[in-house]
Amino acid sequence: MALSSEQVRHVAALARLALTDDEVEALREELSQILAYAEQVGEVATDDVPPTSHPFPLANVLRADDPRPSLPVTDALAGAPRAERDRFHVPRIVVEQP
Amino acid sequence: MTAALTRATAVELLAAMGAGEVAAVEVVRAHLERIAATEERLHAFLRVLDEPALAHAADVDRRRAAGEPLGALAGVPLALKDILCTAGVPTTCGSRILEGYRPPYDATVVARLRAADAVVVGKTNLDEFAMGSSTENSAFGPTRNPWDTSRVPGGSSGGSAAAVAAFDAPLGIGTDTGGSIRQPAALCGVVGLKPTYGLVSRYGLVAFASSLDQVGPMARTVTDAALLLGAVAGPDPMDSTSLQEPAPDLLGDLDRGVDGLRVGLVAEEIEDGMAPGVRAGLARAVEALERLGAKVADVRLPHAGYGIAAYYLIAPSEASSNLSRYDGVRYGLRVDGATTEEMTARTRDAGFGDEVKRRVMIGTHALSAGYYDAYYAQAQRVRTLIMRDFAAAYESCDVLLGPTSPGTAFPLGAKIDDPLAMYLNDVYTVPSNLAGAPALSLPAGLDDGGLPVGVQLMAPALGEPTLLRVARALEAELAFDPTPRGARSSEEVRA
Repeated sequence: MALSSEQVRHVAALARLALTDDEVEALREELSQILAYAEQVGEVATDDVPPTSHPFPLANVLRADDPRPSLPVTDALAGAPRAERDRFHVPRIVVEQP
Repeated sequence: MTAALTRATAVELLAAMGAGEVAAVEVVRAHLERIAATEERLHAFLRVLDEPALAHAADVDRRRAAGEPLGALAGVPLALKDILCTAGVPTTCGSRILEGYRPPYDATVVARLRAADAVVVGKTNLDEFAMGSSTENSAFGPTRNPWDTSRVPGGSSGGSAAAVAAFDAPLGIGTDTGGSIRQPAALCGVVGLKPTYGLVSRYGLVAFASSLDQVGPMARTVTDAALLLGAVAGPDPMDSTSLQEPAPDLLGDLDRGVDGLRVGLVAEEIEDGMAPGVRAGLARAVEALERLGAKVADVRLPHAGYGIAAYYLIAPSEASSNLSRYDGVRYGLRVDGATTEEMTARTRDAGFGDEVKRRVMIGTHALSAGYYDAYYAQAQRVRTLIMRDFAAAYESCDVLLGPTSPGTAFPLGAKIDDPLAMYLNDVYTVPSNLAGAPALSLPAGLDDGGLPVGVQLMAPALGEPTLLRVARALEAELAFDPTPRGARSSEEVRA
């Protein structure tokens, strides 16, 4: 199926990608072409075939619930672009109503 | 002496070091010198670890002199794909979004390599987040093929493949989600094995598509590949998808030959449009196996042709979820914004390359409301059909044989503007990822242009011992010379 620019912008918003207008246009064409090819799966996949999400049937794998040291806070924060008072720093999330 | 050391296989180096004929430091230094001589033309590495490698080698020599225990790969140089976490050492995944990131822990594979005393000489280039078939999608520039530096090495493990092919290291570690070990192995004339899903731990492997990703060995000989796989395989409590049973014995049956073994030639692949040189390489492999007493017969995988369509829905879907972690908060790049959402979206647009954005977009679309059933769920049904095809084929065969890639190494830039053409490089390799089964690429001579041709062997889950045995027999019969040669090869480089 051919995607519209609006659809590409909608998906980009879901994917948290601030695309430029040029990127939207390029992706509209490329995704339309790739999805048209991928739609071949509909030719053979019928409802009586169960889907496979994982190569082997896996049940929950549990380990012993033994306490052990976790990653020190300083190590966990070492790669953060901004950290403050042992926390990750992000822009304001909650906005006050005027 | 230096040249002889870089020409040697891991098995030969282990014997020489064990006999006291050469020290690990000399072995590692020879390979570091070789890297220095070839790297300007190849760019196989994102980071060469000269000092830590020499320190590790000196420690191996010291422990050997003191009679202390040593690992199974003691002193052998190894090229590590830069998508496996190394504590304190930058791990970029070929992406701007992780530039400068130093993981706080080692991947299980890295810890096992260290326990085996393999010496990591550097971290190798790759397509960004392992998404690609040419290594051109690296944010830090492409790697070039040692056989012809105007051509790609394949991808996404193109750096490891080029390093092993150029004698920068006898061993390489790659990862394979849809062919990323086998296709570059084929294009660079080396051996590459994608193990059974779960045989090797994914802990500390930066995730691309979690139900498909596997870590595996690359080497110039089958025995070296088996040795390396043995060092990293086996259950890991840190990866709940790692197989619980101990890894099979990979070396015991290696030289048992193939007399009486049933080999299925994948008929659809033969009818397909592979390059003449690849067809000739496959014919050489078939003739060699028949001379050795194997029974070769046609077999059909009717749904394998839908593998690319299914793969390019499943892998991007999983990737779109996995890559949501790059949010500008916890590690890597941040581009400021007024709100957290704006900061994250700007960071991701600036930090991801074109192919990664493309796949995140495909995956997000395929999983979104109204499209999930038509795309993702249907692709998972095709996955079931492909697994059934393999099961049916293995009722009459022990292993399957076909081409690894439709063509040999292509020129840089030839496919980079046509994503679908690039994806079709993986047409013969993705079915094994979808089935979770092992597959190996082995060199089978050169095409008319002097470029390596790879053939692919496939086996049922945990069939690695059989796969390696067939590959070993074929390797001895085909007697491929792994030395890159030709006007634009890395052999033209004078140390």
